[in-house]
Amino acid sequence: MMLKKIYNRIGGAGIFLGLVSILYIILLILDFNKFLLSLKNTFNTFISIIWILVVVFVLMIISDLIFTKKLVLKLFNKNKKILSWLLIIIAGLVSTGPIYLWYPLLKDLKDKGLENKYIVGFLYNRSIKLPLLPIMISYFGLKYVLILMFLIITFSIINGYLVEYILNHNIM
Amino acid sequence: MDNILIKLKKSIKKNIRGFSKIIPLLFGVILLINLLKVVFSNNFYSKIITNNIIIDSFLVNILGSIMAGNAIISYEIGKDMLISGLGIFLVTIFMLAWVTVGIAQLPAESILLGKKFSLVRNILNFIFNIIISILLILLMRIL
Repeated sequence: MMLKKIYNRIGGAGIFLGLVSILYIILLILDFNKFLLSLKNTFNTFISIIWILVVVFVLMIISDLIFTKKLVLKLFNKNKKILSWLLIIIAGLVSTGPIYLWYPLLKDLKDKGLENKYIVGFLYNRSIKLPLLPIMISYFGLKYVLILMFLIITFSIINGYLVEYILNHNIM
Repeated sequence: MDNILIKLKKSIKKNIRGFSKIIPLLFGVILLINLLKVVFSNNFYSKIITNNIIIDSFLVNILGSIMAGNAIISYEIGKDMLISGLGIFLVTIFMLAWVTVGIAQLPAESILLGKKFSLVRNILNFIFNIIISILLILLMRIL
């Protein structure tokens, strides 16, 4: 009851931020240097993602103006599964920046009718980092990277259908 | 033209409102990721490895799910793991967990995309990390 009241007042984000702050206080007590390093890294991360935040913000406005509910449903129509998956896989592969920056845009598209399986597919294909592939190849070899990419893309589709099935059938 | 401008203005206002709600959440995620980065050093895996392939595959899967940051760090750690003799199977699980399961991002994901959605997705990703790594080893041998 008490927790529900707190949740209603400050929301999930507030509770999460509060819990993280508690962890920081604990770190401050245990190891001041690590505490400072974490804060410094947080500041640096913020600076490095500002441009991605701006890109996501602009994309959200574009999505708002162009991707109407009607268009989303038309693009990700049940009769165009191959095209829909191709679009999602390419979008996942070329999207950049931390994954959490894409949640607001995905929520917006979900509200407009984008099915869960495509959101799962997009998020899973983000595991392949195209700009980092040369480094990965130099560390683990071309054969390894190609097989891994093939498996990730294949499992993004399997994962999408499985998540959707579980959610639709209340299995978990 | 006026109509488009009005729509654009409305959309900017709506998205600023939306973003102002999301920023604390993103800030929390970034704070948590950087705390985890500092707490779990890059060679942390050497402290938990048991040399039992079943236990280790779960341990590196959990470790990769907790540790966060740019994927390139996971490649570096993966390379170190290979050099210290851990084997490509465990290295693959670790690198996959790093990019597919996000413990630090889970609160933000569940608030924005749904609690059940994010839980199911992350649990399945955790399982798939092992399945993909097994398939990868098999395909590497066959091809």
